[in-house]
Amino acid sequence: MGYIHSLETFGTVDGPGVRFVVFFQGCPMRCQYCHNPDTWNPKDGQQMEAGEIIARFLRNASFYKNGGITATGGEPMLQIDFLTELFAMAKQHGIHTCLDTSGVMFPGEEETDGAGPRKGLEKIDAMLDVTDLVMLDIKHIRPAEHKALTGHSNRNILAFARYLEQKQKPVWIRHVVVPGITFEKEELTELGRFLKTLSNVEKLEVLPYHALGKVKYDNLGIDYVLKDTPQLTKEQAKEAERIIRSAMEA
Amino acid sequence: MQNEWRNFKGGAWETEINVRDFIQKNYTPYDGDSSFLEGPTQATTDLWNEVLELSRQEREAGGVLDMDTKIISTITSHGPAYLDKEKEKIVGFQTDKPFKRSLQPYGGIRMAVKACEDNGYQVDPEVVEYFTTHRKTHNAGVFDAYTPEMRACRSSHIITGLPDAYGRGRIIGDYRRPALYGVDRLIADKEEQLNSTRTIMYSDVIREREELSEQIRALKMLKELAKIYGCDISQPANNVLEATQAVYFAYLAAVKEQNGAAMSLGRTSTFLDIYAERDLQEGTFTEKEIQEIIDQFVMKLRCVKFARTPEYNNIFAGDPTWVTESIAGIGVDGRHMVTKMSYRYLNTLNNIGAAPEPNMTVLWSVKLPENFKRFCAETSIRHSAVQYENDDIMRVVHGDDYGIACCVSSMRIGKEMQFFGARANLAKCLLYAINGGVDEITGKQVGPKYRPITSEYLDYDEVWDKYKDMMKWLAGVYVNALNIIHYMHDKYCYEKIQMALHDKQVRRWFATGIAGFSVVADSLSAIKYAKVKPIRNENGVTVDFEIEGDFPKYGNDDDRVDEIAKEVLHTFINYVKGNHTYRGGIPTTSILTITSNVSYGKNTGATPDGRKKGEAFAPGANPMHGRDKNGAVASLSSVAKMPFMDAQDGISNTFTIVPEALGKDEESSENNLVAMLDGYVEKGGHHLNVNVLKKETLLDAQKHPEQYPQLTIRVSGYAVNFIKLTKEQQDEVIARTFHELM
Repeated sequence: MGYIHSLETFGTVDGPGVRFVVFFQGCPMRCQYCHNPDTWNPKDGQQMEAGEIIARFLRNASFYKNGGITATGGEPMLQIDFLTELFAMAKQHGIHTCLDTSGVMFPGEEETDGAGPRKGLEKIDAMLDVTDLVMLDIKHIRPAEHKALTGHSNRNILAFARYLEQKQKPVWIRHVVVPGITFEKEELTELGRFLKTLSNVEKLEVLPYHALGKVKYDNLGIDYVLKDTPQLTKEQAKEAERIIRSAMEA
Repeated sequence: MQNEWRNFKGGAWETEINVRDFIQKNYTPYDGDSSFLEGPTQATTDLWNEVLELSRQEREAGGVLDMDTKIISTITSHGPAYLDKEKEKIVGFQTDKPFKRSLQPYGGIRMAVKACEDNGYQVDPEVVEYFTTHRKTHNAGVFDAYTPEMRACRSSHIITGLPDAYGRGRIIGDYRRPALYGVDRLIADKEEQLNSTRTIMYSDVIREREELSEQIRALKMLKELAKIYGCDISQPANNVLEATQAVYFAYLAAVKEQNGAAMSLGRTSTFLDIYAERDLQEGTFTEKEIQEIIDQFVMKLRCVKFARTPEYNNIFAGDPTWVTESIAGIGVDGRHMVTKMSYRYLNTLNNIGAAPEPNMTVLWSVKLPENFKRFCAETSIRHSAVQYENDDIMRVVHGDDYGIACCVSSMRIGKEMQFFGARANLAKCLLYAINGGVDEITGKQVGPKYRPITSEYLDYDEVWDKYKDMMKWLAGVYVNALNIIHYMHDKYCYEKIQMALHDKQVRRWFATGIAGFSVVADSLSAIKYAKVKPIRNENGVTVDFEIEGDFPKYGNDDDRVDEIAKEVLHTFINYVKGNHTYRGGIPTTSILTITSNVSYGKNTGATPDGRKKGEAFAPGANPMHGRDKNGAVASLSSVAKMPFMDAQDGISNTFTIVPEALGKDEESSENNLVAMLDGYVEKGGHHLNVNVLKKETLLDAQKHPEQYPQLTIRVSGYAVNFIKLTKEQQDEVIARTFHELM
């Protein structure tokens, strides 16, 4: 059983084609701009069987011929056993699987003095075996700023990116650009340089920050830190993407 | 072969009136993309600017620019009218002046008088006197025959929109016949039909002979109409210009003679493409010239207007004429029927801008060529002006030469017609079942005095039993009212030119309709899965409900409620089928409300699903607004479950999506829309209105949120329902979208 926040049956912006999007409940990150704060608490939402979700997909499979299933949230990897079960079942039916993740649950870089398999890595491998595409959200390229923005260091996230490269797993990189936080030449250039080292990146999606999640904070009675931050314009988003790409190509 | 038919492949169509055979033998399927299309000519743009100017004047004049108050409209009643004679490739208006609405009293003189009065005009007293005292109308005939029960159902709004005071419409003449054969040949054919009727004069034989004589007279008038504009259509058309003009004259004759609620065009594009292909090969016209002919043809179709009353506009808002044109589809031999002309028709939306008319309807099949599918999606995204209907399920019933009348009514062109029958309010019927036939608003005994429900909570089995009894009663009154209506319409307001463009033996669909469909499904679901307590007034009439607990709602792909919806539909159509129908009409029903869902809701008390008294119904077969919570596919899937064979007159679904929610870029948006249409059609869904909304629509949504239940904004990974945003957020979204459009 997994804790599921909600299902979206016509997802068009979370992976290739028309997708059945499963929003997982629970996330350890506390990103300031998160538009789904209602998915934070791991024990909210409804409990569902993997088979039930797959059955819902299959009954409308005619809509998803060029798409598939996307797991997002929340942080799907917080429920990695359930996620693996769900994707394994999807693969049995030939369904394209896509994981939208922050990567924060990755166990981290191998210790220099360590030997043998890292704890938790078997689970990651089992999950990746049934995952066709990973959409990795890199919130900030610098550890300190990343911690300020999300409450966590980006150490394991970048390690996950390198691990995916090592396994040659297709990856789409997503980066939310926020005025005053990540709409900054240095940060974007640094990110681009990092991405340049990864040979498995198929797509870069620069997502302009928007404030549409604010109403949820008001409803949940949580303070919205970015209340005075303006939204990023389309032109600014294009500019940000140009900066990242030029660093990637340099 | 006669010269006009040179280079055509012969066949049965030469010796009999058989347009389908001509099309199948001669059309050229087109698999390419839209790159061959041409923009508008200067003449087209100039003419369209004149139309826009007249439209502006019409708006400023309060909706009507001019009305004829004296001359009764017939096929030949008015002299020629032009926008700019020199520039017009396709000619012909309904009256002696563009935008002047004609006087059509045969459906009912009171309606004609009121339409004029409400717009500040006065019908000539002699005309009024004549149609009141000397010449009976359809409307007068119907009210002579109505029973008190029928009148009561009408005034309580359990049956509304009956075509008893206006033209019934929904008949499509085969307007292609004059182009292919010339009118003389059609007259000869009708004369042969007249000479070969049965010879013992039973009343149906007498009626047939009278109707055929009327038809012959109408065809002769059609030739006259062409002559008024200096054209001769007695012989077959020689090229695409003549063919298009002949099709238009035939259609024009129909709208001069009838102001039916829906005056649809049929399926003309692939037919005309055969002429265009020959002209391109013979060098008669260039692509640019052919597009100009089509642009101007479409422009004329957009200028068709009728005199209407405000009450009529409540049911059919926005001055519609339903010049529905059915495009594409697949032939029974497996070849698709997309031609260059399919593209040219849709291209008129680019060349002279979006408009509701003609009502462009793509007969969608999974097997349509990919290029064309993409072009349709592109056109929908750009204009929100195209509707889609499932060719894969209709072809089974109607073959490959059918068209759509009005919105969703399918019929073989020239071989089938429909008796249009408005709709029954099944939500109100449910309240009658609970209240023993007493109207919940007026307190009058309208339905039969069955025992009302008196328990503290509603019991599903008891309600369902009583509901079936009440539906059976309603179906009986309804069908019999329609029997009267269509008898009288045939008698006093016969569609002679449209029926002249039909075969002698036509199949007649007897169309009923349903309103309040999703309200009923959710109400029964609430009774079954939650606890519903009726609130009764001092007379014991249930006027409101208290609901304890949650229940499955239609529009979420939840079989518990979707099966109830199917059962309601199946039960109702079976009761309809249990009645005698006029002229052997084959009973069908539709789940389609047009815009009457608002007025139906206004006249219906609170319902067990939690809908308040007077609140609008969802349109057509749509889920109630805001209740479909699992995204578009789940919503579409619920509707697609309703079996077409139980609602063969159409299952209408209006789908609304913002451009951002279709995908991140143009290409993926188009592909996603194609995937959605393919998926819907494959699931057996019948009809889909696709709205990809622009700023204006968002503004409208702010004012009328009930009409935009599914308006969704998706922003990377999550969705918000537009109508649930605060006013400020909505303003913000509108501002952003506006910038994108600029």
